[in-house]
Amino acid sequence: MYELREGEFRNISGCAISGIFSRSGNRFSGRRIIDSMKVMHERSNGLGGGFAAYGIYPEYKEFYALHVFYDDTQARKDCESFIDAHFDIINLSRIPTRKTPAITDEPLIWRYFVAPLPTRLAESQLDEKEYTVRCVFAINTSIKGAYVVSGGKNMGVFKAVGYPEDVGEFYKLEEYEGYCFTAHGRYPTNTPGWWGGAHPFSLLDHSVVHNGEISSYDANRRAIEMYGYKCTLQTDTEVITYIIDFLHRRKGLSFKEVCSVMAAPFWSTIEAMPEDDRNELIYLRSTFSSQLITGPFSIIVGFEGGIMALNDRLKLRSMVVGEKDEMVYIASEEAAIRVIQNDLDRIRAPKGGECVMFTVDKGDE
Amino acid sequence: MPVDYLYPEYEVIRNYDRCINCRVCERQCANEVHEFPENAGKMVCDSSKCVNCHRCVALCPTKALKIVKSDHTFKHNANWSGKAITEIYKQAGTGGVLLSSMGNPENYPIYFDKMLINASQVTNPSIDPLREPMETRTYLGSKPKEIRRDQDGRLINTLPPQIKLSMPIMFSAMSYGSISYNAHESLARAAQELGILYNTGEGGLHESLYKYGQNTIVQVASGRFGVHKEYLGSGAAIEIKMGQGAKPGIGGHLPGTKIGGDISRTRMIPEGSDAISPAPHHDIYSIEDLRQLVFSLKEATEYQKPVIVKIAAVHNVSAIASGIARSGADIIAIDGFRGGTGAAPTRIRDNVGIPIELALASVDSRLRSEGIRDNVSIIAAGSIRSSSDIVKAIALGADCIYIGTSALLALGCHLCRSCQTGKCNWGIATQREDLVKRLNPEIGTVRLVNLLTAWQHEIKEMMGGMGINSIESLRGNRSMLRGTGLNERELEILGIKHAGE
Amino acid sequence: MKRVYVNEEWCLGCHLCEYYCAFAQTNENDIARALKDKVIKPGIRVEEHNGICFAVSCRHCEEPLCAKSCITGALTVVSGIVSVDTEKCIGCYTCILNCPYGAISPSEKGAILKCQLCSDNTHGSPACVKGCPNKAIVFEERGL
Repeated sequence: MYELREGEFRNISGCAISGIFSRSGNRFSGRRIIDSMKVMHERSNGLGGGFAAYGIYPEYKEFYALHVFYDDTQARKDCESFIDAHFDIINLSRIPTRKTPAITDEPLIWRYFVAPLPTRLAESQLDEKEYTVRCVFAINTSIKGAYVVSGGKNMGVFKAVGYPEDVGEFYKLEEYEGYCFTAHGRYPTNTPGWWGGAHPFSLLDHSVVHNGEISSYDANRRAIEMYGYKCTLQTDTEVITYIIDFLHRRKGLSFKEVCSVMAAPFWSTIEAMPEDDRNELIYLRSTFSSQLITGPFSIIVGFEGGIMALNDRLKLRSMVVGEKDEMVYIASEEAAIRVIQNDLDRIRAPKGGECVMFTVDKGDE
Repeated sequence: MPVDYLYPEYEVIRNYDRCINCRVCERQCANEVHEFPENAGKMVCDSSKCVNCHRCVALCPTKALKIVKSDHTFKHNANWSGKAITEIYKQAGTGGVLLSSMGNPENYPIYFDKMLINASQVTNPSIDPLREPMETRTYLGSKPKEIRRDQDGRLINTLPPQIKLSMPIMFSAMSYGSISYNAHESLARAAQELGILYNTGEGGLHESLYKYGQNTIVQVASGRFGVHKEYLGSGAAIEIKMGQGAKPGIGGHLPGTKIGGDISRTRMIPEGSDAISPAPHHDIYSIEDLRQLVFSLKEATEYQKPVIVKIAAVHNVSAIASGIARSGADIIAIDGFRGGTGAAPTRIRDNVGIPIELALASVDSRLRSEGIRDNVSIIAAGSIRSSSDIVKAIALGADCIYIGTSALLALGCHLCRSCQTGKCNWGIATQREDLVKRLNPEIGTVRLVNLLTAWQHEIKEMMGGMGINSIESLRGNRSMLRGTGLNERELEILGIKHAGE
Repeated sequence: MKRVYVNEEWCLGCHLCEYYCAFAQTNENDIARALKDKVIKPGIRVEEHNGICFAVSCRHCEEPLCAKSCITGALTVVSGIVSVDTEKCIGCYTCILNCPYGAISPSEKGAILKCQLCSDNTHGSPACVKGCPNKAIVFEERGL
């Protein structure tokens, strides 16, 4: 029987999210994020879980790490010949997994460390990142049965259909060490049962985990598709990821500015600001009005060397931030932080629309 | 000729038990329907003169009057309607082109009535506009092409000139001449009070209304009536009128009898001369000519004002809009085939153009597929009848809408569609002093403000229901709409799913 | 004190104020029943000449000439309103002769008839103002 896949319908879901980040860039095991997610078991329904991990491939940090799902070996052959035509493949292997009864129907899961072929890159007249993005889009939209899960440098996304803690076990996440992990447990209101539809969703080194259902979805989607992005999954997370990529990478906005576009302050707040700030926000809001996101959301964005978290402007989804020494913890529930670090220097619930950001170099919010 | 005699379409029915012979009906009817012959001792009326404007009905203190459709009829014929027959009699008798006013009244599909709006349940909370901020502020204009920063990294304001509106609604172009000074003043004052804009139409701007300039769109049409530097500089935006939904492809004609002192001065034409707007602009025979006019107007106003190009919704509207979006214009106004007019040839009004819903959806999709939607804002016009029409238009992709007929209704218009006679009993579509004074702008302003305040409340309620708290997140958000009773092709053009999907 | 003021610019000469005034005096609840086949005696009258028209009613002068001239003391100022005591009025019409505005008229009952701002009937506020379709008659505080 033909099963509807993610992308063929609009899938809305409730969720759990969590993130752990070391401001000094120290690497730690993926075990901690699994433990954090386990507490929020009730917020998922076993139809999707996943992790993004940063700093896990130090030996290959110069190369794009492609994590790819294949339905069958034919898809793998097609995809590999595409990759071969566009990139130097430095290393390729199956991603190690362990059998667990909770995770079934796994696809073929492969990992490639690649660098764009200099000749093809020059020919394309694109910068390296844009070139890689377009290749990823090409695989995901035109090679049947192949799906690139992540493609950033020194990072990777591990996701599956199942509860997040089981997904973590399946991927042996405790064997990876990174300076940042984010995680997602999903409660979709439909049952697609497709691994590619699980979260995090990523583009280059940006990954997004998201809890919520945005009411601006189609306005955001139709606007972002105009800039060459293809929303193939029809999920909020996908469109949010593209908006962040568009504003940050392509338009050069800082993450703080990205936050004031996606969860813009109300006009009444803007009007009460000092003149310089007011003008800047009026400028951002009117220029990027189609990138305003309404409806409930909390997101954690992982990127190279940093982590960012944001709530919708009304704070319609829970999200708390805890700190202990150089470690930062962000989660849907305080319990998900307390279970891995009960002795916190401080803990707070950021305001709606407040940009919460930490980076490795500066370490400052 | 006896054949030219037509039994009146409407009959005035007077309840003599209630009539107190106060004669207000007689005094208020510019068509002289009512009369009080001394020897009769009671009011009598000539229904053949009645245009069914309800002025007498509304003012009768004892509610003794009503107007009913005549039951006089031709022999039933599914093909030859009474209307078709009488129009032939009229033309055979006069040799003239049939004239009509206001929007197309014929039975074409109204797509707004076949679309339904979404609301949140369970997975996403609806938002109560009485408890939470609900934003309808709208900026119209072109978006910046690039982000620039100064040496300190601060953003440089590269925003082209914009129109700032408290809600995505404006009063559409209605010229001084086609409507009265008091109607214009009401629109101007209401626009100021509401924080929106009204539009001068093509007849220039009366000098005593210059003070409302920040809330005024000044129009430049093919006749160029009343266009001069001060006029262009007086408004917040300039609109080039290429076409009008009620009469695509043709110009306008304001008869000399309406060109009195003030109108003659404002239009800069001699008193009593006909004001004829040519069908095309004779300096615009192609898209590159339009570009020249856009930039001429920008030069004349030092690039301080957005330029709107208004077109009628015709068959290839999306290709035309695509050209306009590349012409330097900041805003495109699209006027659907139901849009109103002070006078138009009946055949054109009733048979030319396409529905605004389809035109809007098609233009929005086309501009997005070509990656140029940010070049322009879109204003949809042509029979926006309620706040739900507005919500639907914005969800289809409009940034803003124009209302004309709805605004006139708020001022008292009863849609009798007899504007072309110049004897508007409500003081709107007339220049007769005794009739013009029937519209007191103080009352008109309050009624317009009331209408749009009510609509704004309703828009906020509907947005809140969808879980949307800012109007820009509704714009182009077509998943908030579902169609009912539409075929696949219609759904595809509208870019929406059928209800139940 | 709030008074009735007229604005000639907006008067349409529709005469509705006269009928609403006459109706107010009857204390009936249906205007048709109240005025059917009656010759009305309103306290406000529309004056028209050469296309100019406006309504005229009692100004409620601070020092009313009508009251000064009243030989029986029927006309007095009560809370600013020039009021008539119909029991005392003998219908000599001296007040009619003295009123510079022509705002007083004879009534059918022998006494005189004038506007008392609807303080003497069930309407509470002037019926002419409420009935004016174009805000040509207003009831407001303007000082003197």
